[in-house]
Amino acid sequence: MSYQGKKNIPKITSDRLLIKGGRIVNDDQSFHADIYMEDGLIKQIGDNLIVPGGVKTIEANGKMVIPGGIDIHTHFQMPYRGTTTVDDFAQGSKAALAGGTTMIVDHVMPEPGASLIEAHDQWRQWADEKACCDYSLHVDITHWNDSVKQEVDNLIKEKGVNSFQVYMAYKDYYQMSNSELYEVFTFLAERGGIAQVHAENGEIIAEEQARMLQMGITGPEGHVLSRPEELEAEAVFRAITIASQTNCPLYVTRVMSKSAADIISQARKKGNVVFGEPITASLGTDGTHYWSKNWAKAASFVTSPPLSPDPTTPDYLNTLLSSGDLSVTGSAHCTFSVAQKAIGKDDFTQIPEGVNGVEERMALIWDKAVTTGKMDENMFVAVTSTNAAKILNLYPRKGRIAVGSDADLVIWDTDAIRTITAKTHNSAAEYNIFEGVELRGAPLVVICQGKIVLEDGNLHATSGVGRFIPCSPFPDFAYKRIKARKQLAVLRAVPRGMYDGPVSEFSMSRGGTPSASARTSPTKQPVRNLHQSGFSLAGNPAPCGPPTPDDIPIRPAGRRIVVPPGGRSNITSLS
Amino acid sequence: MSGYQGKKNIPRITSDRLLIKGAKIVNDDQSFLADIYMEDGVIKQIGDNLIVPGGVKIIEAHGRMVMPGGIDVHTRFQMPDRGMVAADDFYQGTRAALAGGTTMIIDHVVPEPGVSLVAAFKQWREWADSKSCCDYSLHVDITEWNKGNQEEMETLVKDHGVNSFLVYLAYKDVFQLSDSQIYEVFSVIRDLGAIAQVHAENGDIIAEEQRRILELGITGPEGHVLSRPEEVEAEAVNRAVTIANQTNCPLYITKVMSKSAADVIALARKRGAVVYGEPISASLGTDGTHYWSKNWAKAAAFVTSPPLSPDPTTPDYLNSLLSCGDLQVTGSAHCTFHTSQRAVGKDNFSLIPEGTNGTEERMSLIWDKCVVTGKMDENQFVAVTSTNAAKIFNLYPRKGRIAVGSDADLVLWDPDVTKIISAKSHNLAVEYNIFEGTEVRGGPLVVISQGKIVLEEGSLHTTEGCGRYISRKPFPDHVYKRIKARSRLTELRGVPRGQYDGPVCEVTVTPKVMSTVSSVKTSPAKQQQQQQQFTHQPVRNLHQSGFSLSGAQIDDNVPRRTTQRIVAPPGGKANITSLG
Repeated sequence: MSYQGKKNIPKITSDRLLIKGGRIVNDDQSFHADIYMEDGLIKQIGDNLIVPGGVKTIEANGKMVIPGGIDIHTHFQMPYRGTTTVDDFAQGSKAALAGGTTMIVDHVMPEPGASLIEAHDQWRQWADEKACCDYSLHVDITHWNDSVKQEVDNLIKEKGVNSFQVYMAYKDYYQMSNSELYEVFTFLAERGGIAQVHAENGEIIAEEQARMLQMGITGPEGHVLSRPEELEAEAVFRAITIASQTNCPLYVTRVMSKSAADIISQARKKGNVVFGEPITASLGTDGTHYWSKNWAKAASFVTSPPLSPDPTTPDYLNTLLSSGDLSVTGSAHCTFSVAQKAIGKDDFTQIPEGVNGVEERMALIWDKAVTTGKMDENMFVAVTSTNAAKILNLYPRKGRIAVGSDADLVIWDTDAIRTITAKTHNSAAEYNIFEGVELRGAPLVVICQGKIVLEDGNLHATSGVGRFIPCSPFPDFAYKRIKARKQLAVLRAVPRGMYDGPVSEFSMSRGGTPSASARTSPTKQPVRNLHQSGFSLAGNPAPCGPPTPDDIPIRPAGRRIVVPPGGRSNITSLS
Repeated sequence: MSGYQGKKNIPRITSDRLLIKGAKIVNDDQSFLADIYMEDGVIKQIGDNLIVPGGVKIIEAHGRMVMPGGIDVHTRFQMPDRGMVAADDFYQGTRAALAGGTTMIIDHVVPEPGVSLVAAFKQWREWADSKSCCDYSLHVDITEWNKGNQEEMETLVKDHGVNSFLVYLAYKDVFQLSDSQIYEVFSVIRDLGAIAQVHAENGDIIAEEQRRILELGITGPEGHVLSRPEEVEAEAVNRAVTIANQTNCPLYITKVMSKSAADVIALARKRGAVVYGEPISASLGTDGTHYWSKNWAKAAAFVTSPPLSPDPTTPDYLNSLLSCGDLQVTGSAHCTFHTSQRAVGKDNFSLIPEGTNGTEERMSLIWDKCVVTGKMDENQFVAVTSTNAAKIFNLYPRKGRIAVGSDADLVLWDPDVTKIISAKSHNLAVEYNIFEGTEVRGGPLVVISQGKIVLEEGSLHTTEGCGRYISRKPFPDHVYKRIKARSRLTELRGVPRGQYDGPVCEVTVTPKVMSTVSSVKTSPAKQQQQQQQFTHQPVRNLHQSGFSLSGAQIDDNVPRRTTQRIVAPPGGKANITSLG
């Protein structure tokens, strides 16, 4: 931390930076080199770089330099029944930077019935005014019809949004039916979007909530009792089925339980294109706190899907994250004050949902997964940054230290030890769900857009400097496989000619014909092509006897069939 | 094979007394050599050197196996479909069943939406009583859900001996129920002590896929299987298991047709769910490659839902799971249609009436695929073809076991006879047999139903209308012992906290509608009462341990930001909020 040339300038505004002696950690390899940045971009990487004079130099002394974290799931400044979450884009992105995260991806939540584009523009406005770091936006689809479809198309083509979330929970509010999910997924697959799901079975939750309240359970423990982890796993399974049917890449937000994670890892083994996102809360704490006698504390843990009461869950999820079965991490940071949470003091279903985690995410994963030897530093970079950049199609601009990439870097101190507490955190909430947890590993210096924002423990974030980063459709990371499968899966009918045998009379009172709503143009999904092989295979199942040729007449003696006028074709074997 | 003590040469036996000598009795738990004496349709004595009245007809078994007659848990004889009726009625169907060694069938009552359950049940009783050749019982399908249904189900359970109800996750806009409705149906079923059966396929996705396939110009039977991929079956099974667990209701999956659906069931059982899986003759004996046959009529004969899997290794896999106990019972889902009836869907596969044959072939097929290949022994064979069904549906030990006091429904089994299945020789009314050309080893030599010989030396002597309706009591032990124990265990309690007295945010009145706008909720008073008697699914009891576990946190007293000002409420504060 010294200056070449001019010394003692308290705050740096220069656009030129040199990190000397750092160990660069990407998701594929680590190596020693210097990094030179200018105008927010990495210009040179190597030894003995030739750089202009007067450049601020940071001595890394062999410490790790990693790509800044990408928090792929935040809800800053989210409106909720006339109030907003306590962390707005300024407060939230400040907390992010303090934790080593240099980009956030926030969720736009249009009210059901409201325009997606208007909501998107509103969020853009809020974020542009206040965000201290770069950001992107997911858009949540809270209802579905043709005009929404148009808007989604527009968002993908013109607004730089490539990921959309649908809800399987929140019955009668955000929840979508299976048919709607099918249509949304079909459409997204066609336009190159990523389908995100909030996976919980809303119908059963509604029933269970009613049951809990009837039994007189009104506290936060009712929240987790009415949302058992099976319901999460069930919805994940269903979402995967629909996505696989429509050949659409799937992204499951907030993986909170072992069984949900298991389903995702099983599906990946079967070849499904599915990504799982555990969040800071599910990786760092558990749901036993819902039984706390302190209502305010118990309520601060309320989020959906809920934290699992099984205390071994965090360790299990960290293991799956390390093995690659889960792909990315977010924080789902969505904080409410105790007074806001108290809206639900007599009815747990009214408690606003959301937990903190944007600041703690990187350190927590380092502590739980890297210091314990579950993953190495490269995998750490992958799950905190690179994979997210790939899914959002921002790679290698974000998520990698390379020439030409954005100068979003973190010098990571592997030995720093901090205790998380609400007294020192950068969020505006009174509670921190990780209160008292001691973590090893922390950012020493954070560089965002080529500027130092964290140094010597001091945060120098500037509100409003964050840029919107547009994401383009068809990210290779997800769509290369999808495209290949699309080409493979061509369905063809069996050429048979017309059936010309007798036809029974029947009434159309009921039938299997689908009466479905507005239909999107069809996409194809892979199905084993049996058109070629079908005929020869059909001979197989009768290994003991001679295969019945299709044109041998099989007909009970008692049955009389009239030959149709003009003779018969060979398609019916009745003669 | 059989001789008469005393009077000889009486061509046809009408006596109610029968003695089987030198039999190897095969039950699901053991096999042993003994004689069996039957009278009035009931087994009276088992043992050696029995003292029996004179003039009894004797069957010499010569050490051959005698096993409990098969129970086909799933048939749809004489089923109405859009003005047509399934080709095999109760007479033709039960005759075929007896010819294959099955002495009892359980048929499905399918009420048209809008028709009362009891009325439909009575209609089926009437049809079956007049035509059935063997004992039968009835499942009732719930094809729509409203308040009246609950009372009707109660009537059926209490007065009509029905203890199983089937719901459909498929057939959108016809039979399909929503998840909430299924939750309610399952709650009712559990309270009544019945078994919840499901037809497991995701109807919403199927409807979308059907349209897509038709749009692509695929109208033949191959479209049927293309629009119903096996994943869609597995998904629905998984969902049904989840809802059943949630409601602590025993679950029975009808027609397990694919590997992945069977896997989901096996996995759920390993996790402790009370769930049973029923593969059918078709899924155990053939596969879905035939949907691509150039012969439309043949391809259409295989149309059933869920469809046969195009993966030709599926039957072997299902037979293995059946042998290891992951799947428990077998049915036939026998529901046959003439080619001319199938041809209703000649231009649109989604109109083809669904169903395959299998009641006659079921026992032989399983013997051939499982016992001959060494996957299971003869005792397990009895379990999956008869005993397990009797236990699940509360017919045991009257049915499903050879024991004194049990019904005289027996089969003398010949493990060595071979037969080629063909539509030319089967006992059905339809032109096609989906197992055409399959050679099976093992078949019934003598079949005894209600203490009378109905199959002997290859000829059938069935009597139309002699089948009795067998009523079934609720709360079968085999199923409900575990359910009851679990409901005792799981008592949910709130955490005693007193009133929260801190500040509360103002809220605009747009209600967050997620708080349970339930549909036609079944009488809540009743539910509450039942919750007190025995409730719901096991959940880890954290009430005791919660506090100490959360004690890890150091901050319970003072987590307060300095900037926040909280006014103490008048009259002091309670200890439940730590603010202040």
